[in-house]
Amino acid sequence: MLGLIADVSYWTQSLLRVFGGIVAILLPAGTIVYVFLFKMMSFMQSRLGPMEAGPFGSLQLFAEVGKWLQKEDLYPERADRFIFKMAPLIVLSSTFLLVAVVPFGPDAWFTNFEAGVFYALAVSSVSVLGILIAGWASANKYSLLGGLRAAGQLIAYELPMVLAVVGVVIQAGTMNLQQIVVAQNTGSIFGWAGLGNPYILTQCVGFVIFMIAVQAELTQAPFDMPIAESELVSGYMTEYSGFRFLIFFIGEFATAGVFAFIASVLFLGGWGVPFSWFGWTSIDSIDNWMNVVGPLIMFTKMMLLVFVIMWVRFSYPRFREDQLQRFAWKSLIPLSLVNIMATSVLKVAF
Amino acid sequence: MTMLGDRQQLAYIASQAADARVNVELETEGMTLNIGPQHPATHGTLRIIARLDGEQVVWAEPSCGYMHRGYEKLAEVRTFPQVTALVNRIDWLGSFANEVPFILAAEELMGIEAPPRAQWIRTILFELSRIANVSLFLGDLGVQLGAITPVFFAFRDREYVLNLIEGATGGRFHPNFDRIGGLKDDLPAGFIDETRVVMRKMRKFCDEIEGLLFGNEIFEARTRGIGVIPRDLALQYGLSGANLRGSGVDWDLRRDQKLPMAWDKVDWKVWTHPDGDSYARCWIRLQEVRESTLIVEKLLDSLPSGPVMAKVPRIIKVPEGEAWVSTENPLGEMGYYVVSKGELGPFRVKIRSASFNNISIVPWLLKGVYVPDIITILASLYFILGDIDR
Amino acid sequence: MSSLAEITVALGDAVEDSFEKGSDDDVDTWVRVKTSAWRDAASTLREKLDYDYFCFLSAIDWLPSPYGRGEEDPTAERAAIDSTIRQGYTGGATRMQVFARLVNHRTHHGVTLKADVPDDSLTIDSWVGVFAGANWHERETHEMFGISFAGHPDLRNMYLPTDFEGHPLRKDFPLLARIVKPWPGIVDVEPLPGGSDEEGEAE
Repeated sequence: MLGLIADVSYWTQSLLRVFGGIVAILLPAGTIVYVFLFKMMSFMQSRLGPMEAGPFGSLQLFAEVGKWLQKEDLYPERADRFIFKMAPLIVLSSTFLLVAVVPFGPDAWFTNFEAGVFYALAVSSVSVLGILIAGWASANKYSLLGGLRAAGQLIAYELPMVLAVVGVVIQAGTMNLQQIVVAQNTGSIFGWAGLGNPYILTQCVGFVIFMIAVQAELTQAPFDMPIAESELVSGYMTEYSGFRFLIFFIGEFATAGVFAFIASVLFLGGWGVPFSWFGWTSIDSIDNWMNVVGPLIMFTKMMLLVFVIMWVRFSYPRFREDQLQRFAWKSLIPLSLVNIMATSVLKVAF
Repeated sequence: MTMLGDRQQLAYIASQAADARVNVELETEGMTLNIGPQHPATHGTLRIIARLDGEQVVWAEPSCGYMHRGYEKLAEVRTFPQVTALVNRIDWLGSFANEVPFILAAEELMGIEAPPRAQWIRTILFELSRIANVSLFLGDLGVQLGAITPVFFAFRDREYVLNLIEGATGGRFHPNFDRIGGLKDDLPAGFIDETRVVMRKMRKFCDEIEGLLFGNEIFEARTRGIGVIPRDLALQYGLSGANLRGSGVDWDLRRDQKLPMAWDKVDWKVWTHPDGDSYARCWIRLQEVRESTLIVEKLLDSLPSGPVMAKVPRIIKVPEGEAWVSTENPLGEMGYYVVSKGELGPFRVKIRSASFNNISIVPWLLKGVYVPDIITILASLYFILGDIDR
Repeated sequence: MSSLAEITVALGDAVEDSFEKGSDDDVDTWVRVKTSAWRDAASTLREKLDYDYFCFLSAIDWLPSPYGRGEEDPTAERAAIDSTIRQGYTGGATRMQVFARLVNHRTHHGVTLKADVPDDSLTIDSWVGVFAGANWHERETHEMFGISFAGHPDLRNMYLPTDFEGHPLRKDFPLLARIVKPWPGIVDVEPLPGGSDEEGEAE
């Protein structure tokens, strides 16, 4: 992490980064599971959710993790064991790779890529491989169907997601996520800089498309056909139990958190506050306390976005596979192309 | 609507089958998918063997019998009053409704009729068990289609109805409350006011479900035009209940049959839908829950006073004869063909359960659909395993 | 013309016997047809008289159960069981009868068709060609009574395992549970709570 620790030795730096990365993955994942999956879903469904473990059931997650860890590590007799075991790790590693480019503060970042957007979109599709081989290696027909559905779906929705981001990149003029944040917070709306210029205003179409694509990438309802518990039992996860299921589970919610981070960076101004509030002019003139407040702001925005994702998840029925494909190819992609065109024209005009 | 001739009908079936062809040019090999008997979507132990080409079903066949309990045989060694305990367990979500036609058949053979108050209370409890049963269907429909929230609403609000049934009969699921000649007991104090409150709650629940599911574009996309049953075929397969009315047949046994029950004493509407698809069937059930709450309220308004039990002998011997009585149960037409030889118990009871007929159309209906539609179609046909296997 | 008269005219000499029960607006009809006319009777009723709703199809074994009702006191000497076969409404000549119910979905009048099944061959025509829905009902009847349906595409067992021996709903198929352990509720010996003898006759 951080320009802050530039003085310490290389391996200490690396260790701190790994630690920071784990925190940046597990903390959002745990919070999302407790706040949204346990509590919000329960309240929406007129029940209380876990209440026994800890105050308001807040330690329930630890109990669940403890339970999963104790379970026997089962694998089907005919499974291809090596890749069967590897699959959850691939899915989770995609999440870790993804969080590496997310900036949390002026100096609070893991890596400061020039082509951050490009990298993020590229590694986010690594999880498809994990899901596909999980479906294949389980030697289960439901898993296979789930894996194939996942492959088709994730590839179909990768495209609208990329195209939605292109608008942002055109407007910001950079692919560096840190600079996209700066561009939004130094920007102005018709000369008024009181709010900066979060791209959700100018790129609202892109934002909606991006969030829909995220919903599909995360395989949350209404796009949860790869899991589709009423059809495919549990899709590609059917045969996984105990620790390996836990990894899938963490991966699912950590990815939700990371995608929400990325969405808040791209559309909501990321970690920043409008620079005009404190009279900052560029990233170098920012006060150091933003390295502490920035992550908190990011976290808040992440929770807001995940709230929307989860809200949709808990209330919508599921698409059918072909309807989902049709929706991606016939609606989202043309719409995002139009969005790009409009953005480019306006960019040149202003 | 005109009737399809045999030839036209064969052509129709053939065209459906042709749609379900295995991909010949690529010579792909199909996959046999065994859905059930333990599968989250088949609430119970229905097993479906489906042959797939990709995600498309080429051939599918339900396999039942995992819950066959042989009630027809068991009924032959029981006395008439004992049989109600068995038939309670056929459609376990709407148990009271199962008792009624059997009791009516026995009463018909004995030539007695329950007093008016008993008829009214029977009808009220019958409709309450319909509400309890179908409201769970409405919630479960969401789960089958991937929306997890409605089912909790259904469980929450069904509880009120079950409490009512428990208050009146003492049993939540298996009341065993109906007696030959009337009912075991009168309604408890406070039942009427409580029921009015609950009926309003159930209508609110229907509004919630309508907003959550029926107004949803995805729900419509998943159910409209899926699993279309033409009217002629619905009659041929003996579908009943909402499945039949969903295919445009205006037929409700509550209205179209003379029975010593109170349905004909109040005004209500039979809902039909011309489309015959999954949406139509689900929509009709939603409307029927609403209609049932209204029926219950109207019956409460006009509840007559008097005894709830007719004069019946201490030991019930049913005179020789045969009787067929069926009623419009939550799942459809549930009937009993009772043959008596003048003994303590029936000589033969043929149980005509709704789900058995409703599910028998499944092999035809599943040809050519996608895997997710299997679940939609099964959910919209609405079966209960105990009602198929008996 | 009453429904029964219409049916009798339409079916012609296939009708063996008929029976009617109930008042004017709520009449239930039984018709027994010749074994050979079983299938044609269905298609005639369907085509000519619009009895197009198939309700159910099953069979009755008229043999009185040789095991009694399983409710006798096992210590007492068993009374001899009268095993003469007495058919129900519309009579008949054989031990097994198939019966099915068709309903006219416009008038809502239902008719119960019966037919004798010859004792030696235990075979009767299948209705599958007339009513597709008869398929499963005939499969069930086949496994429960051992009656074969000529022309049925697929008479597999519906409920029972494939290698099950016997036909459970036949009267001579013992209900073993009742034979190995007598029914505990043979006689309702306990007095009803607070009860005099009139207790059973409520109100």
